[in-house]
Amino acid sequence: MWKRASSAAFVVFLVGAAAYASFYIAPDEKTMHVLYRIFYFHAAAAWAGMTAFSICFVANLLYVWRRDEQWDSLAVSCAEVGLAFITVVLITGPIWAKPAWGIYWTWDARLTSTFVLWLLYISYLLLRTLVEEPDRRALLSALFGIFAFIDVPIVFGAIRWWRTQHPAPVIMGGPNSGLDPTMAKVFFFSVLAMHVLMVFLVAERYRLERLRTDLELVRREAEAI
Amino acid sequence: MKSLDSVFAAYIIGWAVFFVFYLTVAKRTSSLREELERLKSTLNKGK
Repeated sequence: MWKRASSAAFVVFLVGAAAYASFYIAPDEKTMHVLYRIFYFHAAAAWAGMTAFSICFVANLLYVWRRDEQWDSLAVSCAEVGLAFITVVLITGPIWAKPAWGIYWTWDARLTSTFVLWLLYISYLLLRTLVEEPDRRALLSALFGIFAFIDVPIVFGAIRWWRTQHPAPVIMGGPNSGLDPTMAKVFFFSVLAMHVLMVFLVAERYRLERLRTDLELVRREAEAI
Repeated sequence: MKSLDSVFAAYIIGWAVFFVFYLTVAKRTSSLREELERLKSTLNKGK
């Protein structure tokens, strides 16, 4: 209990420090001024969400290979947490877009592929509620999860392959991209804070999933008596 | 000024989503734990 409380306090401190850095340490940007500060939250949440889906993909592959239910528990935990992060991305993006572009939403390549990603992982979680038998549920959702991950590299590449409304990448974007050194430090600190938050939430969600597995075992034992 | 409102709105809504998600996980964990304890005590009484 003490360990969990101290982990939660550490996560709150780190996320708070990242917010402080993005408001008070990062310099203003020359065209968007203070508005661009959403970037430190929006892009860092997107990176953490993509990492969660990547772990989900690896866990799904390992489940199909090993058929160990711990991998299924990790996969569903990462899918749910990744979905929370992408939900934040899909909310903060339009809040940034309205004053910057004059519109909340447009069906550009990056926005559309991110929305499709959100729908795919919603479907992954819905699929799990439709199959009752645990082994069949785990296998079907692992196969669907592997398929859903195809959209992650598409989201990553969308702003590199097609030049539509969303800005070009400032990190890993080629010779004309890049950030001011202070901005880069604040951004990578925000990415770290979001990843620590993501790991904390996955650990909490994983604990829930293991408890559910225990409950199913005890239920089966009770039915057998 | 309007830009600053958007920045605050984005941060507050974002944190609220994470907080609500954490609360739902904590609530589901606590109700599952209660059900597990109840089932275990029923099983023990039956033995």
